Amino acid sequence: MPVSLARALSDRRASGRAGFVPFLVAGDPSYAGSLRAARALIAAGADILEVGVPFSDPVADGPAIQAAGQRALAKGMTLKKAAGLVKELRRGGATIPVVLFTYLNPILRMGTKQFARLCSSSGVSAVLIVDLPIEESTATEGELARYGIESVALASPTTTDRRLAKIGRASGTAVYYVSREGVTGVRKGLAPNLAQRISHVKKMTGKPLMVGFGVAEPSQARKLAPYADGVVVGSALVLAGASGAGDVSRLAKRLVKALEI
Amino acid sequence: MKIPSHGSPKANRPGWFGPFGGRFVPETLIEPLRELEAAYAAARRDPRFKAELGHELATFVGRPTPLTFAGRLSQELGLRVWLKREDLTHTGAHKINNTVGQVLLARRMGKKRVIAETGAGQHGVAAAAAAARAGLPCVVYMGTDDMARQAPNVARMRMMGATVVAVDSGSRTLKDATSEALRAWSSDSRETFYVLGSALGPHPYPTMVRDFQTVIGVEARAQILKEEKRLPREVIACVGGGSNAIGIFTAFLKDKSVALTGVEAGGTGMAPGRHAARFAGGFPGVLHGTRTYLLQDANGQVLPTHSISAGLDYPAVGPEHAELRRIGRARYVHASDKDALAAAHELCRLEGILPALESSHAIAYLIKARKRFKKDGVVLVNLSGRGDKDLGTLCP
Repeated sequence: MPVSLARALSDRRASGRAGFVPFLVAGDPSYAGSLRAARALIAAGADILEVGVPFSDPVADGPAIQAAGQRALAKGMTLKKAAGLVKELRRGGATIPVVLFTYLNPILRMGTKQFARLCSSSGVSAVLIVDLPIEESTATEGELARYGIESVALASPTTTDRRLAKIGRASGTAVYYVSREGVTGVRKGLAPNLAQRISHVKKMTGKPLMVGFGVAEPSQARKLAPYADGVVVGSALVLAGASGAGDVSRLAKRLVKALEI
Repeated sequence: MKIPSHGSPKANRPGWFGPFGGRFVPETLIEPLRELEAAYAAARRDPRFKAELGHELATFVGRPTPLTFAGRLSQELGLRVWLKREDLTHTGAHKINNTVGQVLLARRMGKKRVIAETGAGQHGVAAAAAAARAGLPCVVYMGTDDMARQAPNVARMRMMGATVVAVDSGSRTLKDATSEALRAWSSDSRETFYVLGSALGPHPYPTMVRDFQTVIGVEARAQILKEEKRLPREVIACVGGGSNAIGIFTAFLKDKSVALTGVEAGGTGMAPGRHAARFAGGFPGVLHGTRTYLLQDANGQVLPTHSISAGLDYPAVGPEHAELRRIGRARYVHASDKDALAAAHELCRLEGILPALESSHAIAYLIKARKRFKKDGVVLVNLSGRGDKDLGTLCP
C-alpha cells in the first residue's frame, strides 16, 4: 500500500530534494497516451502523481488543461475510466501515492459511496475536489475516510488565517497550496513573497504543502524547492505531452534535477 | 465528504434553498464571496443605499414599469391577461434592475472595475450601462455563438465603453462565458467586482440577484390589485437562470391562491442537446458554484443545450427555483422554439408589442395552456424584455 502524502514528501526531503508532483489529464491525448505519460513521470522520479479527471466546465483551469480535458472527453474519458488508469498503474507496479484531481459533479452523479469504493478498489490514495470548499465537504470523516483515502484541501493566497487552521484540520496529511490567484497555467516567475507565504500557510495549517498553479519551468521549481514540500507542475507537462511521452519525460527529469536542494 | 441531500440540516444555512444552492467554488473565490456577502448585508441595512438604489430605479431605469392589459390577446384566449412591462425599462429588459444594484455595491466596496457574463447580451448591455454611469471600466464575456446571433447587443455594449471578450471554448454560449468570467474574477478579485446576471452561481448571488429583482413582483402585485381588485390566478415567467421569474414570483409566494409557473426552453425536442428544459431532462448537480437541476450525462459531464433564445440557453436553473419546485410552490413547463417564435409574432400582431424571444416562451405557454384556466381568469405574464435584438431571428 502506498505511503501517505506527507510521508512521501518527508522521505523525499530526507533524501535531499523537494517532492516532485506532476499532474496529467487522464485520457489526454488518449487513454494509452496518458498511461504512457504517467509511467514516464513515475520513471523520471515523481513522488506523488496527480491524475486529473476531465470536466466539461473546468472553472479553475487555464487554457492548456481546458484543452487537454476537451480532448480527453472527446475520446470518452470518464471518472470511472480515470480510476481505471490508476488501477492499471498499480497493476504495473506503481507504488507512489496517486491523487485524483477532479471537479465535484462527476462524483455527485456517480454517488459518493460508489466513488469512494471505486477509489479504494483502484488504488487511489487521495482525492482533491477543486470546487468543494471545506464548508461544503463537512468535517465529518465521510465516505473517503472510511476507505482510508485522504481528502486534500486547497489553500490560496486569499485564504484567511482562521480558515487556514480549519483547512489544516479538514485536509488529509498534506495541503495543496494554490500559489497565485487565478487559474492553472504556465506563467513566468513566481508570486511575490511566495516563500514567506508558504511558511506562513505551513505554520497555520500544520501540514506539508504541495505548491502548484503557474509553476512551469525548472527555474521556478528551483526557487520553490527550499520552501515547498512538494512542487506541482501541470500545464507545462500537459503541453509537453502534445508531442508524446518522450518530451514529458525530458521535462520531468529537468524538473526533478531542479528540485534538488 | 458529505454532500447535502434532501432533508439535510444544511437546509437552513444562508445561501441554501432546501437542498439546493451553496458555494461550490475553488478556494481562491471563497474570500471574495465572503467579502461580497458581508458588503451586501451591510448595504441592505443601510437606508442610504436603499435610497440611492430607489433613486436610480426611478430616474435611470424608468421604474415603476407599467402593467398593460392585453385586450385583444385576452379576447382570443377568453382570459384577462396582464403584462408586466419589463421590456420598457432602460436597456430593454429586467436585467438592469440587478446591474444598477450590483454596480452601486461595487462602488461602495471601492472596486475599480466590473466584469459580467452574458448570453443574449441583455445582461451585458445592462452591466455596461450601469458601469458607464458609475464611471467604472466594464469587461463582458460572451460566447462567440451568442455574439453572432445577438450582434446588436454587442454593438451597444461597445458603444457604452465596455470591452466584449469573445469566448470560443465549449459550447460558445452563456455557460462558457460564465466559466470565463469566474476565471477572470479569481485572477483579480481584489480590484474587480463580478456582476453576475441571474439568480444563479455561488452564494450570495442567487439571494442578492433575487432581492434586486423583487421590485418587479412588488410593483406588479400592487398594480394588479389596483386594476382588478383581486390577485391573479397565475403568474407566468420564462426561466433561463430564472432572475425575472424569481423577481416576479417572490412577491406572490405567500398568496397561496396564486399559481406560479416558470417556462423553460423546450428547444427543438426533448433529446439531449436540443433543449434547455432542466426540470424535464436534468438531475441535481453542481455547476458554477451552485447545486441545482442540471442537464448532464450519465458521467456527470454537462450537456450542451439549445434554445432559439440565447438568454434561456443554459444547462442549470437558479437553485431557488429547484426548491420552489421541490416544495410544490411553483411548477415548471417548457415551450418549444417554434411556439415561442409564433407567440412573438402573435403579440406583435395583437398588442403591438415586440417581446424578446425569452419572454415569448411565457406567452407561448399561455397560448398553449389556455384551456387550463377558467373563463375570464386573471393571468399575469412577466414580459421580461423587448425583442428588438431578435429581429434577425424573427424576420430572417
